[in-house]
Amino acid sequence: MPKDGSSFSLDGQGKPLWLALELTYRCPLKCVWCNNPLDFETYTKHELSTEEWKKVLRESRELGSLQLGFTGGEPMMRDDLEELVGYANELGFYTNLITSGIGLSEQRLLKLKEAGLKQIQLSVQSSRGALTDELVGAKAHEIKIEVAHMIKRHGFPMVLNVPVFKQNVELVEEILALAEEIGVDYLEFANIQYYNWALLNREELLPSLEQLQAAEAAVQRARVRLGKKMTIYFVIPDYFEDRPKACMNGWGAIHLTIAPDGMALPCQESRVIKGLEFVSVRDKPLKWIWEESPLFRKYRGEEWMKEPCRTCPEKEKDFGGCRCQAFLLTGDASNTDPCCSKSPHHHVIEEALKQKDAPFRVQRPLVKRMPGVASVQFME
Amino acid sequence: MSDVAEDRQLSGKEQPRLNPLFMFRWEESQNAHVLLYPEGVVKLNGSASTIIGRCDGVKSIDQIAAELKAEFVTDDADIESGVRQFMEVAHAKGWLVV
Ligand SMILES: C[S@@+](CC[C@H](N)C(=O)[O-])C[C@H]1O[C@@H](n2cnc3c(N)ncnc32)[C@H](O)[C@@H]1O
Ligand code: SF4
Ligand code: SF4
Repeated sequence: MPKDGSSFSLDGQGKPLWLALELTYRCPLKCVWCNNPLDFETYTKHELSTEEWKKVLRESRELGSLQLGFTGGEPMMRDDLEELVGYANELGFYTNLITSGIGLSEQRLLKLKEAGLKQIQLSVQSSRGALTDELVGAKAHEIKIEVAHMIKRHGFPMVLNVPVFKQNVELVEEILALAEEIGVDYLEFANIQYYNWALLNREELLPSLEQLQAAEAAVQRARVRLGKKMTIYFVIPDYFEDRPKACMNGWGAIHLTIAPDGMALPCQESRVIKGLEFVSVRDKPLKWIWEESPLFRKYRGEEWMKEPCRTCPEKEKDFGGCRCQAFLLTGDASNTDPCCSKSPHHHVIEEALKQKDAPFRVQRPLVKRMPGVASVQFME
Repeated sequence: MSDVAEDRQLSGKEQPRLNPLFMFRWEESQNAHVLLYPEGVVKLNGSASTIIGRCDGVKSIDQIAAELKAEFVTDDADIESGVRQFMEVAHAKGWLVV
């Protein structure tokens, strides 16, 4: 997960310190900002088996992975989650469960605890039930809040992940109060990244700069009030900044994601880049994929950079931004991320921001993440 | 990202312990002790891990400093201020709680 908030006090020394397993893309919810692939349903029949996931865990641990996130889709959809958590724990991973909360019963939570699960990241979208339920396309809000209390009752450290967009950005204050009441340890306002379903719905999801600034001010007040009780992350989305995010701390630097079908990815979005040769853990040792494969070497380091990044003094800070965003918005993944004001393509960002406020703009419905809704057949 | 840490001086009587959200262990692949916690990994150097390993919520900072002094057979007065300083930083970072 591209996360600017994470702190890395370990330089990677070439190790995939952060491993994310996308156990499945199946999910009972239909979030309109979901970053899963548009044809997510086609992955179901190719999902890795329990034994195959265990092999991934062993191989990645040997490469030096320490932090492990079980994500998806909804990881609770896999019956073998408890078994995989137990196995990962024995191998010495710090195990995180990244969940919408749907399917996380008290019984399963107890089993996960027994298996050695260390931390849970729960996604919550608003402080108002009707709004959440509309945005995720199901009656989910109440369940999420109950699950949040249950997680705390069982003594897990908890991260509350709140994706931020126009529909909830003005509720930040209320959401802060809700998080405080639950006793959340880390509250992460994740300004959504515009890939896949989020990109499809971008025009209707982008908040305004004023809304973001007001939200940030509310966060700042809460930080002062709460001190160490709760750590709050809030990052202004890159569309509104002059500089891109240091995406994944660089390509193939410290992050490794395995998709449900076993493809090893430098980041979970990287499949949007056409022309890359992805390799499955079914076909090659993970060590080879991480260290040697053309895919992981392609944008590692600085060799691949073009101008203006190549000669830019800031390249060690942001690595030229996000390859996926460069591809999606400029057609070439080795271009400078267009969020950078030095990018010759920066106008595409400015236009997207202008477009959403254009007079007489045709308002569109939000498209829910559902099978068959979007045809990707004709996308080159 | 900036969390507001309650930085303050710690007295020698205080009994620090590891933040319960954190995990402290030896990691072979780093040849070092590491702290693992939600959203982060920290690799500790030798002296940091020696100190953190002793923060059990029972021993006071003064006791820990005395122990280290005895163990490393040194009269170095710096040890005490060094331990205190490290504890304050670790406390401000949220690794240790008192
Ligand atoms: C894809 S979800 C999978 C886990 C689980 N289904 C959930 O929603 O919590 C992983 C995390 O990514 C967040 N997320 C989803 N779409 C996103 C986007 N477009 N940008 C940033 N974060 C996103 C979710 O809020 C969640 O915390
Ligand atoms: S973001 Fe929503 S739709 Fe996507 S996997 Fe998570 S819960 Fe499911
Ligand atoms: S030109 Fe490239 S390296 Fe320089 S700030 Fe922009 S994205 Fe970063």
